[in-house]
Amino acid sequence: MVTKKEIKQAFFIALWFMVLTFPIMVIKVNTIKNIVIFRWNYLFWIGIGTFFAALTWNYFLQLKENKQKTETSDDIPLVHKLLQNARFKIPFLIVLAIFFLVYPFIFPMYHTSIMISALVYVMLGLGLNIVVGLAGLLDLGYVAFYCVGAYAYALLNLHFGVSFWLALPISAVLGFLFGTLLGYPVLRLRGDYLAIVTLGFGEIIRIIMENWDSFSNGPRGIANIPPPSLFNIDLNQHNTVIYIYFIVIALVLMTIFFVARLEDSRIGRAWIALRDDEIACQAMGISKVKTKLTAFALGATWASIGGVVFAAKTSYINPMSFTIWESITILSVVVIGGMGSAIGVIAGAFVLILLPEYLRAVAEYRMLVFGALQVIVMVFKPEGLIKGVRKIYKFKKVEE
Amino acid sequence: MEPILNVENLTMIFGGLKALNNVNITIEQGQIAALIGPNGAGKTTFFNCITGIYEPTTGDVTITPPGKSSQSLKGLKPNQVTQKGLARTFQNIRLFQGMTVLENVMIGRHCRMKAGIFGALFHTHAQKNEEKKAIYDSYEILEKIGLEQYVNEMAKNLPYGAQRRLEIARALATDPFLLLLDEPAAGMNPQETKELDDLIIWLRDNENLSILLIEHDMKLVMSLSDKIHVVDYGKKIAQGNPEEVKSNPEVIKAYLGDESEDA
Ligand SMILES: Nc1ncnc2c1ncn2[C@@H]1O[C@H](COP(=O)(O)OP(=O)(O)OP(=O)(O)O)[C@@H](O)[C@H]1O
Ligand SMILES: [Mg+2]
Repeated sequence: MVTKKEIKQAFFIALWFMVLTFPIMVIKVNTIKNIVIFRWNYLFWIGIGTFFAALTWNYFLQLKENKQKTETSDDIPLVHKLLQNARFKIPFLIVLAIFFLVYPFIFPMYHTSIMISALVYVMLGLGLNIVVGLAGLLDLGYVAFYCVGAYAYALLNLHFGVSFWLALPISAVLGFLFGTLLGYPVLRLRGDYLAIVTLGFGEIIRIIMENWDSFSNGPRGIANIPPPSLFNIDLNQHNTVIYIYFIVIALVLMTIFFVARLEDSRIGRAWIALRDDEIACQAMGISKVKTKLTAFALGATWASIGGVVFAAKTSYINPMSFTIWESITILSVVVIGGMGSAIGVIAGAFVLILLPEYLRAVAEYRMLVFGALQVIVMVFKPEGLIKGVRKIYKFKKVEE
Repeated sequence: MEPILNVENLTMIFGGLKALNNVNITIEQGQIAALIGPNGAGKTTFFNCITGIYEPTTGDVTITPPGKSSQSLKGLKPNQVTQKGLARTFQNIRLFQGMTVLENVMIGRHCRMKAGIFGALFHTHAQKNEEKKAIYDSYEILEKIGLEQYVNEMAKNLPYGAQRRLEIARALATDPFLLLLDEPAAGMNPQETKELDDLIIWLRDNENLSILLIEHDMKLVMSLSDKIHVVDYGKKIAQGNPEEVKSNPEVIKAYLGDESEDA
């Protein structure tokens, strides 16, 4: 039930919003005619809108609190429950496979191209998930490794004619090295301090690329980066996009496969231990240095591979593609999707990248939508859209 | 025989506070020893100093693992100390909340495993065997400690007493020769304390372990310990078997307060 107090609260929130948005929503200065227009009807609608929004918000908040009170053990997300059930899992995977297989043939090139971006973000998200979600190291400079991969391919191709396929492993190694390089100076840092330093690192890489003209061609960037080759067959533009699409699908599958293996390995467990309690983790015999460095290095590896794909797909790169906003977008994918949850991150990437593309109306307000989504997810589902679950071990098999 | 742990002149200064002042303690193989003292006496600080979490201001810590030669722990990181065979639990429970009970114990196995990135990515033969063995060993430890019914539960959902036992299980998984328990009975009911008493004795007798425990529950300390060390204001004031310590006037004074001062 809506109480008197809540109505009063919503009323004041509405009042506050009316004052707050007054300068931008109500006052309009017409500079040509030199007059000021007051759009009072806007004020009215904002008041009404906020009042009901506040009431709804409150209602959902209470719903959530009541739910928490009644539920003792934390529930497993529906997706995981379904995936654990073999009767559902196999048909589901088959449908999914067919969908992604026929996708580029039934939809126009434009849609395939958007899907490629989303899939690249899946890779980036899964990579960053290692660092942020599993190892608990807040990295705001992740785009630096994306940049390293893209420039590695572009430059190696420009100067030495290195092909896409050779650039993939080379940039993976480069990403690994750069990840380690970033890892060393930040070994002692945690939380906010770590975030600031990694943010700086991301910007440094971009600024170097912008200013070291003789090396990177500066802000003009590098053009004519060739798409991946297919046995010297000449592909038209549409077929090239389809080809890249399938390469990305393969890379994403590889990423999912390897990241899942890492997560349930000795190294993955060490990452989670480090995230949950740094002191206990060390006291249990885990080297903090090694664990942090492997997290940074392996996270960076996937960003770097993603960078190569990005360069091959767009055929033109410049430093403006690798700003802090890119890092924040990738971080949003991880946080909104579910930190430490591979399925969550995949869902997060599709939601955050595809939604703005298809809701053209909000594309300009992308950051606003991200912000709003983040607040909503953090308040109502702090573990993300789909939270992670840990592996269940069965003991009949192990005991021979 | 050499003591397995020999701490000499350990001093730890925080700013102006001498949390430990020239403390000497030795532990023999197979012993259950207790470290007692009033609140703030420096007991936890002592654990932190020998396990490498704090670097002591001065003093030497030497270990002699059974069947091995003596070595100093000076300058070692906490994980290196654990690797050498000292394992500990924490006064304020520090489990890995985001992992299952089994995985918590598997973390303890970490330092006895070798698989690296390559093994994890490609599931090499060696990695698979090692992983299988770690799962099996960890489960076995849970059975010993009596936690096997919780195996796939998240650590944070365990009852309090079980969380304390899980800390012991996790420490055991690192294959220690000396187990350091920081107030293992804190917050336990009498029944749980009794079970803990039995567990500690069982560990000493069956796992070839020596144990040093910090504890405020005097009944538990007196019934378990072969030897008791008493600290007060960072200084060691007494040591001996339970009878000796109980009747030591210094100890009585430290615990009951100095009556002559009150007058
Ligand atoms: N990191 C630190 N920095 C400053 N002072 C500290 C630090 N750790 C401990 N101390 C101080 O050292 C003294 C001893 O603390 P310690 O935790 O070792 O006591 P304790 O014997 O374990 O007490 P309790 O029985 O309450 O657990 C206390 O006065 C405490 O405030
Ligand atoms: Mg203490």
